[in-house]
Amino acid sequence: MEKKEMICIVCPVGCHMEVVRDGKSKDGYEVSGNQCLRGKVYGVKEMSNPTRVLTTTVKIREGKLPRLPVTTKGAIPKGMMMEAMKTINQVEVKAPVKVGRVIIKNLLNTGVDVVATRSMEEEARSQSQKVS
Amino acid sequence: MLNYEIVVIGGGPAGLAAAIEAKKNGAKDILVLERDMELGGILQQCIHNGFGLHVFKEELTGPEYAERFIQELKDMGIEYKLDTMVLEVSRDKKIRAMNREEGILNIHAKAVVLAMGCRERTRGAIRIPGTRPAGVMTAGTAQRFVNMEGYMTGKRVLILGSGDIGLIMARRLTLEGAEVLGVAELMPFSGGLNRNIVQCLEDYDIPLYLQHTVVDIEGKDRVEAVTIAQVDDRYKPIKGTEKRFDCDTLLLSVGLIPENELSKSAGITLDRITAGPNVNEAMETSVEGIFACGNVVHVHDLVDWVTEESRKAGRNAARYVSGALKNTGNKISVQGIKGVRYVVPQEIRPENLTGKTEFMMRVDGVYQNVKLVAKIGEEVIRSVKRRHVAPGEMENLMLDLGNIDPKNLNNLTIELVQEEGA
Repeated sequence: MEKKEMICIVCPVGCHMEVVRDGKSKDGYEVSGNQCLRGKVYGVKEMSNPTRVLTTTVKIREGKLPRLPVTTKGAIPKGMMMEAMKTINQVEVKAPVKVGRVIIKNLLNTGVDVVATRSMEEEARSQSQKVS
Repeated sequence: MLNYEIVVIGGGPAGLAAAIEAKKNGAKDILVLERDMELGGILQQCIHNGFGLHVFKEELTGPEYAERFIQELKDMGIEYKLDTMVLEVSRDKKIRAMNREEGILNIHAKAVVLAMGCRERTRGAIRIPGTRPAGVMTAGTAQRFVNMEGYMTGKRVLILGSGDIGLIMARRLTLEGAEVLGVAELMPFSGGLNRNIVQCLEDYDIPLYLQHTVVDIEGKDRVEAVTIAQVDDRYKPIKGTEKRFDCDTLLLSVGLIPENELSKSAGITLDRITAGPNVNEAMETSVEGIFACGNVVHVHDLVDWVTEESRKAGRNAARYVSGALKNTGNKISVQGIKGVRYVVPQEIRPENLTGKTEFMMRVDGVYQNVKLVAKIGEEVIRSVKRRHVAPGEMENLMLDLGNIDPKNLNNLTIELVQEEGA
């Protein structure tokens, strides 16, 4: 039988829950250990289709820093994280960049874009770091 | 000598919010001094999301949160200097700073806002035994290397301390291809938020070793192995419980300390528990006209609370400059007792109160079903139920102190009371 123990992260109480697949229940899962309804909803979602927002960086040329932070514009399936990282790490952009600019459209056909989370002007780094 | 109405020391989230709010409340010449090459402070390296849920009602990443304030500051025409290090602040609000272009700067301000933030405890602060090779660094240092400078900090990583930065870095390094072998935590519970335990450790099957600490570091030039062991109730390592990990990096996420060298140079009184300045209802320190806000006062869990506290400091610095802040009447001291480790602010001047006053505090352990009880002398003025409290999660309490008899000489205390039958 498919079952999983988890800590609910909906609120700071952090209930220790057990979620078990149950064909007879209308959600398909039986949740126990939760103290409120929101915990039950979270538990079912974590079993049926867990998703996460992915935040990382891409290379940027001619910016004042060598990395530009980016985020997926919505949550993507949890199981796709490593594949998504591989795709994002192949990208290189050139400064200047404005916050919110789409860096990758429709990441791995998830329908979710990857966007820049800061602006970065075009600028050489300060002199002390240029020497070498 | 340069002259300003208000000088803000630090251009992170606290300094930005304080400067903007001071300007909105009528202050004219404001100067922000920042030692880094850009504004935004530590937010620029916190590329993960979860910021802004309270202030903006949406979930932002650190750089996005910072950029909104930086843009507002620039739009308002508030002056700032980057790459500028403040060396000294005096009681009479004279500031000595320096940068490459202007050399030594002497600045006089009518009011000063201290917003220097905090720094991480290091290996030296917790006295870890073993050799001293490269590869031992704080989690925040690794975060800056990876997220801003583009350097990977290691291939096989062990983390000591389960504070939020350590947890966030466990996930971050895993995503970038490192193998994170585990997180060791001295206490029987994590100091980080539950959501980070789940999303950063459990999602990637990274083990959390509670009640464990590092007992040895091996390696000459670079870390080669780290040994952890279980600890007893007095935090002493238990023989025979050692686990040795082959690794090239040890990250430390073992707490943050408010950075108060400048506060000390100004002769400001610091709180023994928070390690930050004692402040009053206006976020003013023990030196009149010097205000403080954000992590330099006490370490916050959420930047949203830093912003709110700093707006209060900025607003009151503007009121001080215009002469609207009163300082003639009775002062009420505020204390956390019985399970409440500290309360900020530490002092209240009833003559300056309008509406409700917010108090922030931390408890000394994990408790279920308790009440936070505020008393003036023996009289209970508010009692609020909490199902769950923990040292890692800051509590706040709104109190209506408007009706206090101005002649009242009793102190305000806030304590934790276990609920009946729980």
